[in-house]
Amino acid sequence: MGNRKIALVGNPNSGKTTLFNVLTGANQHVGNWPGVTVEKKEGKLRYQKNEYDVIDLPGIYSLGAFSEDEIVAMDYVLSDDADVIINVIDSSNIERNLYLTSQLLEMGKNLVIVLNMTDEAEKRNIKIDVFGLSKILGVPVISAVAHKGEGKNEIIKEVVNAILKKKTYDNPIKYNKNVLHHIEHIEEILKGKKIPYPIKWTSIKVVEGDSHVLKRLEESKIGKEAVEAIKDFHRFHSKDSFELEVVDSRYSFANSIAEATVSRPAKEVETITDKIDRIFINKYLGIPIFAIIMLVVFQVTFVIGEEILGGIAAFLIEGLGGLIEKLLMSVNSPEWLISFSINGIINGVGAVIEFVPLITVLYLMLGFLEDSGYMARAAFVWDNLMRKFGLQGRAFISMIIGFGCNVPGIMSARTMDNKKDRMITMFINPFMSCGAKIPIYTVFIAAFFPNHGALVLFSLYALGVIVALIMAKIFNNTLFKGESSYFIMELPPYRLPTIKNVLRNMWTNVSGFIVRAGTVIFAVVTVMWVLAVVPASAEPYSQDSLLGAIGSFLMPLFKPAGFGTWQESVALFAGIPAKEAVVGTLGMLYAGEYMEEGKALVDAIRENFTQLTSLSYMVMVLLYTPCAAVLGTIGKETKSIRWTVFIALYTFALGWAAAVTIYQVGSLLGFG
Amino acid sequence: MINYLNTLRKGEKAKIESIDAGKEATKRLYEMGLNTHATLNILKNDIGPILASVNGNKIAIGRGLAGKVAVSKIKE
Ligand SMILES: Nc1nc2c(ncn2[C@@H]2O[C@H](COP(=O)(O)OP(=O)(O)O)[C@@H](O)[C@H]2O)c(=O)[nH]1
Ligand SMILES: [Mg+2]
Repeated sequence: MGNRKIALVGNPNSGKTTLFNVLTGANQHVGNWPGVTVEKKEGKLRYQKNEYDVIDLPGIYSLGAFSEDEIVAMDYVLSDDADVIINVIDSSNIERNLYLTSQLLEMGKNLVIVLNMTDEAEKRNIKIDVFGLSKILGVPVISAVAHKGEGKNEIIKEVVNAILKKKTYDNPIKYNKNVLHHIEHIEEILKGKKIPYPIKWTSIKVVEGDSHVLKRLEESKIGKEAVEAIKDFHRFHSKDSFELEVVDSRYSFANSIAEATVSRPAKEVETITDKIDRIFINKYLGIPIFAIIMLVVFQVTFVIGEEILGGIAAFLIEGLGGLIEKLLMSVNSPEWLISFSINGIINGVGAVIEFVPLITVLYLMLGFLEDSGYMARAAFVWDNLMRKFGLQGRAFISMIIGFGCNVPGIMSARTMDNKKDRMITMFINPFMSCGAKIPIYTVFIAAFFPNHGALVLFSLYALGVIVALIMAKIFNNTLFKGESSYFIMELPPYRLPTIKNVLRNMWTNVSGFIVRAGTVIFAVVTVMWVLAVVPASAEPYSQDSLLGAIGSFLMPLFKPAGFGTWQESVALFAGIPAKEAVVGTLGMLYAGEYMEEGKALVDAIRENFTQLTSLSYMVMVLLYTPCAAVLGTIGKETKSIRWTVFIALYTFALGWAAAVTIYQVGSLLGFG
Repeated sequence: MINYLNTLRKGEKAKIESIDAGKEATKRLYEMGLNTHATLNILKNDIGPILASVNGNKIAIGRGLAGKVAVSKIKE
């Protein structure tokens, strides 16, 4: 027999993933905004010689799904796979959280309730009678503060106990007479038919008009007659509002429970969140504050990551290179091995590794933002502007996440409940400049704009956002016409980010970067190196090498953008598997050519570019085809090869056009 | 007297009377706590979405959607 299964179900941002990490010792992404978890995740809990599977799910407000991430959670709950469900409740918002609880009880699920965030409830003077709650519901209730691990042992004990007892519950919800009558009517229709869920519950959902359940019924073999009878029912009652009446009966239930067990202060305690929000989402200050926050992020990234720590990393790698070279020479290694180690590994892969400190700082700060609660505010203050481009504020969160990496940026579009919004949000995410592109900007900035690093970086990011918004507008008017969606979103309280969360989020990204350097970048650089030293008759790293020939063939394509050497063209193509490979390839090729002179990559770039072409090159890199991982994600999320190819091509064309424009206009104005 | 949510001013309190925003949106609002039992506290209504609190928890609602939420003001 397989492991017993424990599923975490609850409203968005109630602390499910935090509890999941506490129970399993896993390191799943936690953030203080609704919509962090968009996939099902599994982990293991060991307790008294037994092993349990713990399943973390995206947050849901109800068991009726609107968006992709909610469908994942709802499908799992309905599948009846879990032996017990931990219903995680945000104690400071208990009335609303109990709505989902009422739906879980309506299904008769084996439950354990965790009242999480009791620290915050306490601060706001909200008192909950835990014992009373447990007694009225007949369900074990445990209070907890998940991020501090408080309540862990009791939770495990109750969960294991619940699994042993295999408890189920009678539906405690009282529907009004009218609704009850209709439920019975539907039950009559479904009686004796093979249906995927319990008949009583299914009937309730049919009356409620739950589109998911209706679809499942049509798919299962209940017969044409029954399907028609159900359709007739809805057609006949199309003017009535059972749906809301059913929702209402659950709310009445939830409210009666809350009334009996929760006491709130007569006047809400004014929290720090209220004070901060008065400034941060102010009508005039909201967007300027956002811009300042981002500018600070880049300034700090640059000063600490590049100027202070970057030098150390470069120094270490250079030293390592010297050491390896000596070592290889001393054992009389063949020429090619030395060339590969120094040019390929040290100057190629090493050029990427040098940026670990910089992106570490960047991800620390993005992690801080994510865990602070500011993300939802950014969505709030941008909603108005986003609307002018045919999107809603929520799309803006995907964009900021994309600054870290486009893959989670695109995944987070799952939380959009409208197909048009979701597609457009995915299609514009590649313009959000990700961490992997920073090494490229940084070497060009070091070569040509050493005193304005943060500003250039900020401008590139801003340009990315502007292009994204313009493209959103264009897509809105062409490919995806139609209904625009509504904005509704919770603003969670600001929270002081926990060191653990910030470090965890940083580490997922930085370790990904290091792993890529050791795998994809290593592979790309190796291939490039081999191509650069064959055929044997040609001077290595010269235009006569195979790589030189490829580069020369591509050069005319990039000539209008001002990229004058074959190395520059080749490096752009090397960047399609992974963006860091652009720097890796340039590092290897220029080092090969300039090795005797002992020059750094920055010097080589200064010799081969001008200020103007460095700009057009950076803009090309900003906009052109996203990396393979991003294309793969788009393929998976859109389930369409055509859209994926479309994105790969249109971004390339756009990047090319922008680079050409910059170069041509700049030349005309005499900046060449 | 019936008003719409988008016309309320900061500091006003209201009770939801009915929502007519189409099936999906109405249900979503309901399930996020904006149902007929709820008392809303308007925190912000100038540009952009309207910010209201229900039991001290903040919910942002787009202007278009807010225009479909009928409420009655509560006098202090
Ligand atoms: N104050 C407080 N914060 C918590 C508690 N549990 C989780 N958090 C924070 O709440 C936020 C949301 O947590 P997360 O686990 O991502 O919620 P999920 O969306 O339900 O998975 C994070 O910032 C957590 O650090 C708690 O008991 N008390
Ligand atoms: Mg989560």
